[in-house]
Amino acid sequence: MSSETGRRNLRPLSLHVPEPKFRPGDSVDFGDFDIPAAGSVMRPEIDSAPAAMTGHAYTLVRVLDDQDRAVGPWDPKLEPERLVRMLRHMALTRAFDDRMYRAQRQGKTSFYMKCTGEEATAVAAAYALDRDDMVFPSYRQQGILIARDWPLFDMMCQIYSNQGDRLKGRQMPIMYSARGANFFSISGNLATQYPQAVGFAMASAAKGDTRIAAAWCGEGSTAEGDFHSALTFASVYRAPVILNVINNQWAISSFSGFAGAEATTFAARAVGYGIAGLRVDGNDILAVYAATEWAAERARNNYGPTLIEHFTYRAEGHSTSDDPTKYRSAEENVKWPLGDPIARLKRHLIAIGAWDEDRHAAMDKDVAEEVRAAQKEAEKLGILHDGLKQPFDTMFEDVFEEMPRHLQDQRDQMAAERKAAGI
Amino acid sequence: MTDATKTMNMIQAINSALDVMMDRDRDIVVMGEDVGYFGGVFKATEGLQARYGKTRVFDTPITECGIIGVAVGMCAYGLRPVPEIQFADYIYPALDQIVSEAARLRYRSAGEFTAPITVRSPFGGGIFGGQTHSQSPEGIFTHVAGLKTVVPSNPYDAKGLLIAAIEDNDPVIFFEPKRIYNGPFDGHYDRPVTPWSRHPTSAVPEGYYRVPLGKAAVVRPGDDVTVLAYGTMVHVAAALIADKGIDAELIDLRTLVPLDIETIVTSVKKTGRCVVVHEATKTSGFGAELSALVQEHCFHHLEAPVERVTGWDTPYPHSLEWAYFPGPVRLNEALKRVLRD
Repeated sequence: MSSETGRRNLRPLSLHVPEPKFRPGDSVDFGDFDIPAAGSVMRPEIDSAPAAMTGHAYTLVRVLDDQDRAVGPWDPKLEPERLVRMLRHMALTRAFDDRMYRAQRQGKTSFYMKCTGEEATAVAAAYALDRDDMVFPSYRQQGILIARDWPLFDMMCQIYSNQGDRLKGRQMPIMYSARGANFFSISGNLATQYPQAVGFAMASAAKGDTRIAAAWCGEGSTAEGDFHSALTFASVYRAPVILNVINNQWAISSFSGFAGAEATTFAARAVGYGIAGLRVDGNDILAVYAATEWAAERARNNYGPTLIEHFTYRAEGHSTSDDPTKYRSAEENVKWPLGDPIARLKRHLIAIGAWDEDRHAAMDKDVAEEVRAAQKEAEKLGILHDGLKQPFDTMFEDVFEEMPRHLQDQRDQMAAERKAAGI
Repeated sequence: MTDATKTMNMIQAINSALDVMMDRDRDIVVMGEDVGYFGGVFKATEGLQARYGKTRVFDTPITECGIIGVAVGMCAYGLRPVPEIQFADYIYPALDQIVSEAARLRYRSAGEFTAPITVRSPFGGGIFGGQTHSQSPEGIFTHVAGLKTVVPSNPYDAKGLLIAAIEDNDPVIFFEPKRIYNGPFDGHYDRPVTPWSRHPTSAVPEGYYRVPLGKAAVVRPGDDVTVLAYGTMVHVAAALIADKGIDAELIDLRTLVPLDIETIVTSVKKTGRCVVVHEATKTSGFGAELSALVQEHCFHHLEAPVERVTGWDTPYPHSLEWAYFPGPVRLNEALKRVLRD
C-alpha cells in the first residue's frame, strides 16, 4: 500500500463521480441557468475559420425572444406559411408518438421511443436540408421522416412488424430504413452512423457531386469512439457533413455529466478537431433551422463540416421500457427554461398574426385524425402479437445477396422440423 | 484484355488485382493507413495513388473503426471501398462497424442498403511478429452472419479471389497470410525460403480473371486421409505430406464462409480420416466448425476421430514462435495418430 512506501504526507486523492442536480422528489430550480438572450450571438460568414468561431461553442444561438418575436442575425426570415407547415410537422410528430406509445401500452407492439420536446431538432433539419441530402439519424429523429412526408402508414407497419413491414419483421420497432426519403437504416449500436455519414459525404465530394450528409447522435453517444473517429475524418478530409449532437440532458438514467457536460459543452468538442462548432437552443425551431442552413451552405461551398449541439430536454422516458421517475425529478420537464418547441413556435406565429388558437386546435384535431387513419390502415395488416406476419423462410433471405448452401440447409431444416411438429 | 501471364509473388498479385479492378470500376476506392503515397507497409498498394489519384487511393487517420465506418457510409453513396487494415491484429477496433453494421446492413434494411466492402488485412504468424503482428482472427469473422471470409494461399488465387471479393456485393474479409507474401513457407524455419517464382502458382495472368468464392481447391489428391488447410498451412501440409510419402488428399479451403462443404464431404467419405490444420488458437477456432461438419456429414465413414492441429490456446509468443506454430512435427504426429487407427 502507498502508506507503507514512505511517500510524502499528501492529501488523499478523491474520485469525482458526477451527480445530477435533481433526483426524484427534489424541487427543481433552474434559476442559475445562464441563457444568452435571443439575437445576441453574431452570425459568422459561412467560410469562417473554425478557430475564429470558438465563442460559438460556448453560447446559445437563439432567435425567438421572450416576447415570441424572431430577432437577431440568425433569424432565417421564413415565410409564415412555411412556419405553419413546420408547426404542423412538429404536431404530427408528437401525435404520432402519442399514438404509438399508446399502441405499445395496449400490447400491439413490443417497444416504442418518443421524441417529445425534441421535435424541432428533427423537423427544422428536414426543412433546411435538401431532400436528396442523406441523413444518418439515431432512433429519435422520426421527425425527419415525417417532415419529409414519408407515409405514417409505412412507419407504423414497421412498428407492428406486420405484413406491410418492408423490413420483414427483422428490426425492432422504430429502427426505420427509408432509402426513398434518403433516410439511412437505423442501427441499435450507438454512434456507428457518425463515421458513416462522414463516409457518405466524402464519397459525394470525391465524385464531385453536390449532395451533403448529416448525422445525429445523443450527447450520451458522443462518448463512443465512433464520435471521435468521425470528427477526425470529417476534419481531415473537410467532408461536407453536418454532425448534430442532440443534448437532451439524459442518456437513459445518466445525466449529461457522464458524457462530459460538467467540464465543457458538446459544441466545444468541435474546437479541438478544427471543425466549426455551433450551439443552439434546440427548442427554438428558427434557431435550429438557421444553424442547419448555415452549416449546409458551408458544406455545399466546400468549407467543410460543422458540429451543432442542440441544447434541449428529453421530456419523457427514454423508451417504453424506461421509468424516468426512478432517477430524476418529475419537475424538471415542466420547469425546463427553454420551454416546449411546439408551444414556442405557436406563440410566435400568433404574435406575428399568422396563427390563432382556433386554427391551432383545428390543426391538433387534424393531425390526430391523420395518425388515427394511418393506424387503422396499418392494423389491417396486423399487429405484432397476431403471430408470424412474414413467411418464416424470409428470415434466411438478405443475409447475403444470394442464399449460400448452409442457409438453404437451415431453412430446409426449419421447414422439416415445423412440419414434423405439426406447425 | 491480355491473356499474358507474369511471374508474381502474392504482393504483386494483390497489387495487380487492385489495379485491374480500379481500372474497370470507377466506384472502387482504396483506403487505409499508409496505403496512399507510400503504397502500404507491405507495398500491396504501390503505384495505385499515382495511377488513380488521391480521391480514389488515400491515406487515412489511424482509426480502424473510422476506416470501416466511413467505408460503410461510402457504400450508402454507391462506392465500393477496399479498405486495408494494416495487421489483422488491429482489426478489433473496427469490429463494431464490421459486425454490427457492414454484416447486417443488407438484412436489417431488407436490401435497401448494402455494404460491398472488401476488407484486406495481412494475417498469420511465422514472422517473429509476437503478440500483435501474428494473429489469425478468422474465427471471429466466420461466426458473424452476413460476412464472407477468404484466405488465399498463393499468388494466382490471391489475385483471382481478391477480384471476386471486390466484385461480390457482400462484405468480404480478405485475410492475406503475410508469411507467404514472398514465397511459400513449408514450416521448416531453419531452411531458406524458396521464392514464388519456383512455384507454378506464381504464373499470374496480367488481366482480369476470377477465382470464385465458396470453392475449395484439391491441391493434392489422395486416398488415406483428408487434410483441410488454408493460407500458410497449405504449404506446411503439402511439404510434410510429400516428405513422409503419405497418400493424403490436401484441400485448400480458400473461402471459409461460404464453405465448399461438398468438396470436403466427398473427400472424407473417400478417405475415412480427416485432419484439420490452422494457425489460429484451438478453442472455438474455425477448426471446431470444420470438425463438427465432418462429423455431421461423414459420421458413418469415419475410421478415426477428426484431429485438429492448431496454434495453442495462448497469445502468440515471440521467442517461442516455433514451439507455437503448428509446423511439420505436430502435423506429422497428428497424421500418425489418425492413420494408426
